[in-house]
Amino acid sequence: MIDSSKDHALEAALKIDRVSHFYGKRKALDDVSFEVRPASFTVLLGLNGAGKSTLFSLITRLFGVRSGAISIFGFDVARTPGEALRRLGVVFQARTLDLDLSIAQNLAYHAALHGIGDATAKARAADVLAKVDMLDRLNDKARALSGGQMRRVEIARALLHRPRMLLLDEPTVGLDIKARADILAHVRNLVATEGIGVLWATHLIDEILPGDNVVVLHRGKLLDAGKVEEVCARAGSPDMTAAFNRLTGEAATEAQ
Amino acid sequence: MSVQSAAPVEPRGFSLVQYAVCLKGIVWREALRFLHQRERFVSALVRPLVWLFIFAAGFRSVLGVSIIPPYDTYVLYDVYITPGLIAMIQLFNGMQSSLSMVYDREMGNMRTLLVSPLPRWFLLTSKLVAGASVSILQVYAFLLIAWFWEIEPPTLWGYLTILPALILSGLMFGALGMLLSSLIRQLENFAGVMNFVIFPMFFASSALYPLWRVREGSPWLAFVCEINPFTHAVELIRFAFWGQVNLTSLAVVGGCAALFLGAAIIAYDPSRGMLMRREG
Repeated sequence: MIDSSKDHALEAALKIDRVSHFYGKRKALDDVSFEVRPASFTVLLGLNGAGKSTLFSLITRLFGVRSGAISIFGFDVARTPGEALRRLGVVFQARTLDLDLSIAQNLAYHAALHGIGDATAKARAADVLAKVDMLDRLNDKARALSGGQMRRVEIARALLHRPRMLLLDEPTVGLDIKARADILAHVRNLVATEGIGVLWATHLIDEILPGDNVVVLHRGKLLDAGKVEEVCARAGSPDMTAAFNRLTGEAATEAQ
Repeated sequence: MSVQSAAPVEPRGFSLVQYAVCLKGIVWREALRFLHQRERFVSALVRPLVWLFIFAAGFRSVLGVSIIPPYDTYVLYDVYITPGLIAMIQLFNGMQSSLSMVYDREMGNMRTLLVSPLPRWFLLTSKLVAGASVSILQVYAFLLIAWFWEIEPPTLWGYLTILPALILSGLMFGALGMLLSSLIRQLENFAGVMNFVIFPMFFASSALYPLWRVREGSPWLAFVCEINPFTHAVELIRFAFWGQVNLTSLAVVGGCAALFLGAAIIAYDPSRGMLMRREG
């Protein structure tokens, strides 16, 4: 189990430091730097192709970091991946539940991948599923769930090993309005009640609330980062939509 | 919530128990998936049984097998090809695992495995052990049916002595499949593997004909058969089923298993492997 009191002490929950990434000759990320503090909700805002999923793949070590550094609570993802990844929960954009297995079996598999024994895994599975209101579906096949229910189970699964940092890559894509609102509210509640640092990648500006931290990513470049109000002020815009349009419009002009 | 502490966070590593829990979990999931895919089990058995009951029965009177090690007497052709069919089961299972890994990678399930905090080499090796375990279950089911066809080792110990050979060959074919899965970019390309890996490996081997017979027909083909790892898997299994060890085959199969696994681990290494160069 992670000792949260220690993890919260000095380190950023997630630190991205001058990270660049190439696919062949194409630059997908260009010198990106920002931090996510513990117990904070940070939105990674960008259009499709901005580099959000590439950044997530680097943070989760699906890709190796070749330029720059990424650390989770001070543990470098490249040099101490085990320590970094055990503090990280991930909800990928693509559905990653095994459809042929039950919810309980999916969670047990995840627990085993983190070295968590059967008894502890069962207790924690009941706990995290209850929090997303899915405990009654414990023995159902994943295939039988709706898109919103799958997402809730994936969030529960991501919390099973008690991470202190949670990544969610466009978790509300394809969901109806109520499912979107429920999931967003649940994750915000995790930040408030359990002190988890959250990085929420999205292209939907209406998922951002006043007071959130926001990181604007466009075509691999970080355009601005800070509190919503600060970003709006710097862009000279009345709201986040206008600020985003202005920032990305300026970026497009510069790129030309 | 307490957030007041200046103590640095110390790396804790993972205990042996945690490694064991992880291995058990990966093997358990593979077994569950296998049980849920009954068609896979049936097709894994039907394929070698068709060869045994139709091909071998048809050629029984045409293709005689002289006394060659490990046999100390003449054997029926269907007895001769049984080790080759066992290796075929394991080869197909290795390729099935490869297909499953490519599918999982495309669907996203593979990420669940790869973001585990345990070392990647351990995760891939565990996946390999899981696949080999499933292939061994298939082989024993095949041997049970073959027993009714009066294909059996000289003593019942043969069913036990074959086990280490099955483990090693299962690991080799699984590692080969894992390596291929890292090289195959899309699921659609998998059919090419069938054409360029499975069939040449199977036919250019000692599975269907003794090497001395192949040599009589074509020395060049005999050379290909001799350097084919599948031949050595077949011979390792053949000798083990007869309670003997073929040291050359043992060395080749063990070496190839280590080589293929090492290459697969490099291919799946995030900083060095092929996955690095892929977009998405």
